[in-house]
Amino acid sequence: MKVTFPHLGNLYVPIKAMLDDLGTDYVVPPFSNKSALELGTKYAPELACLPLKITIGNFIQAYEKGADTIIMVGGCGPCRFGYYYEMQREILHDIGYKMDMIALDIPWGNYKEKVAGIRKLAEGVKKLAGGWNINKILKAAVNTTIISKRMDELESLSFKVRPREKKRGTTNEIMKEFRNKVFSTKGSAGIKKLIEYTEKKLLEVEIDNNYKPLRVGIVGEIYTTIDTGTSLNIQERLGDMGVEVCRPVTISGWIIEHIIKGGLHLPRDLRFAEAAKPYLGAMIGGHAQETIGNSVLFAKDGYDGIIQIYPLTCMPEIVAESILPSIERDYGIPVLTLIIDEMTGEAGYLTRVEAFLDLLEKRRESKAIEGTTVLSGN
Amino acid sequence: MREQQYYLGIDVGSVSTNLVLIDDSEQIVDKIYLRTEGQPINALRNGLKDMASRVGEGIKIKGVGTTGSGRQLASVIVGADCVKNEITAHAVAAQKLIPDVRTILEIGGQDSKIIILRNGVVYDFAMNTVCAAGTGSFLDRQASRLSIPISEFGQYALRAKSTVRIAGRCAVFAESDMIHKQQTGHSLEDIINGLCEALVRNYLNNLAKGKDIQDVVVFQGGVAANVGIVAAFERALNKKIVIPKYFDVMGAYGAALLAREKMQKEGGNTNFYGFNITENEYKAKSIECQGCSNSCEVIEILSNNSVLARWGDKCGKWSEQISHAVNV
Repeated sequence: MKVTFPHLGNLYVPIKAMLDDLGTDYVVPPFSNKSALELGTKYAPELACLPLKITIGNFIQAYEKGADTIIMVGGCGPCRFGYYYEMQREILHDIGYKMDMIALDIPWGNYKEKVAGIRKLAEGVKKLAGGWNINKILKAAVNTTIISKRMDELESLSFKVRPREKKRGTTNEIMKEFRNKVFSTKGSAGIKKLIEYTEKKLLEVEIDNNYKPLRVGIVGEIYTTIDTGTSLNIQERLGDMGVEVCRPVTISGWIIEHIIKGGLHLPRDLRFAEAAKPYLGAMIGGHAQETIGNSVLFAKDGYDGIIQIYPLTCMPEIVAESILPSIERDYGIPVLTLIIDEMTGEAGYLTRVEAFLDLLEKRRESKAIEGTTVLSGN
Repeated sequence: MREQQYYLGIDVGSVSTNLVLIDDSEQIVDKIYLRTEGQPINALRNGLKDMASRVGEGIKIKGVGTTGSGRQLASVIVGADCVKNEITAHAVAAQKLIPDVRTILEIGGQDSKIIILRNGVVYDFAMNTVCAAGTGSFLDRQASRLSIPISEFGQYALRAKSTVRIAGRCAVFAESDMIHKQQTGHSLEDIINGLCEALVRNYLNNLAKGKDIQDVVVFQGGVAANVGIVAAFERALNKKIVIPKYFDVMGAYGAALLAREKMQKEGGNTNFYGFNITENEYKAKSIECQGCSNSCEVIEILSNNSVLARWGDKCGKWSEQISHAVNV
């Protein structure tokens, strides 16, 4: 058995650590790129959203490198993502790629359904770990979560350092070095050390302490905001243009809040839901409530602007997009929405981002001149 | 007497390439509107040649700004001091000519924008994302299909007697719908008017959705020459639409203004290579880098067999090799 998994930003790091620890053979697919998207677009239904297309591309590219089993998460979440593993299994089967699917689905539903769900989950885990070594499995699970958390911390540190670095490109160099080294590092212990080393290097980057970067919050659908290949590296690009970004929806957040606390019915961090209440009082699927809530939190925190990113046809985000103008009006914070699909032209996308930054810059200047927030619509 | 100083603005768009020359008091001295015809480098050279023959090669250019979808390309070829996106350029130009503007409608060759200004600052904007149905190149195509010069297209709409509703959501469907209406016997004037209204409806429903359109409303870009569209906008918005004097070259004017602002603030000498660059040969080449899984499309601009610029790579492997790197 040689397993593979879909890309989602830095997810390959904790998954790689986990599979190293479990001693499972695996293939990391090439990072999401145009040919992955082209492959996916060829085989997925046209109106399916971008994540399905890219992940199918990931699997085919991994298959070509020898993978025969896929690990995929599922879940009866109120967005079609929960059903993707079934779709992927069927599509791959139809086009003749013989691959097994281990779906890590969160047990859901009534008592009976939950027992069946737990049994299915346990079978998947057993297959992955090559037997029932509870100690090993638990240890791997804990380490995966820790590494995921540390990875997200590393990433958000890079978001802060990049716009302030004195020599442009220093942060990118360090992150590139990390990417190269992580592939030759085995196991969670080694990867943890590598993360620490990289973090130290980032903290040593010479920064301009007087520079006050524009601050932009990234909200939107989880896949397109987290996966750098899909979002056309927006976070890195904004950083290179001297803008500090913050993206509250993260992989570790999803693991800890959604899978662990959600699965065990523990109280979750619901600040975003509280903030979203005046605009969207209920969970309507996907990350729409997070998008709204986090936008409000960004506005209250004095951010200069918000960029919403989502794949074409993403229903929850379409709803969120129609609510965002109210937040824009109430808090006087500009919002730019970018919709991504396989037709996205990079140049047009960057023109909008560039113009948006000009807008934020000018707004900040005029606020400084007039002393008050004259532009707020209150 | 001090020698008069000039600033050049260049807007390389999908359909037209425009050049504007302004003097130190921000007045337009010369303007050129050319069709890009899919060959931006040629258009640029012809434009510069024309301008040089009209104003004289010897005039002192203090700064050059480029904008439009071909702004990087233009900046490399002419040596620009300021490269700006077209949204900012259009806003700057409109504010200069009509200081109390609060809404800018802009329809160009392949994109359309709405820019909202408040207190003299760009407050909000939107640019068409998914479809180009309401833009200049579509009107162009329809005009040539009906064998009407594009300059007279709008006049036809004004002569319409009754309303014909054309499906304006998508260019392909709009065209089928126009043909359908034509075959059922509607007059050409009515159909053209219907098309103008459909485009305006499409623009207002998509781009301007949720935007507070306040006076003064300025309409610019090549399509503002179309009186039929202007009339349709006035009817739909129930507002007077102002067409600035230089509506067709506003992007280039904005680029010139931005170049002037930058040079005055930062001083220094211009990067402009001079009007005689028109004698050089330029070639653009694209390569797909095989270095990693990003497979970036790298664009290379060659002049007389030496590489002038490269861009498009994410990691800087190609663009950093040459001195004149363009930041995208």
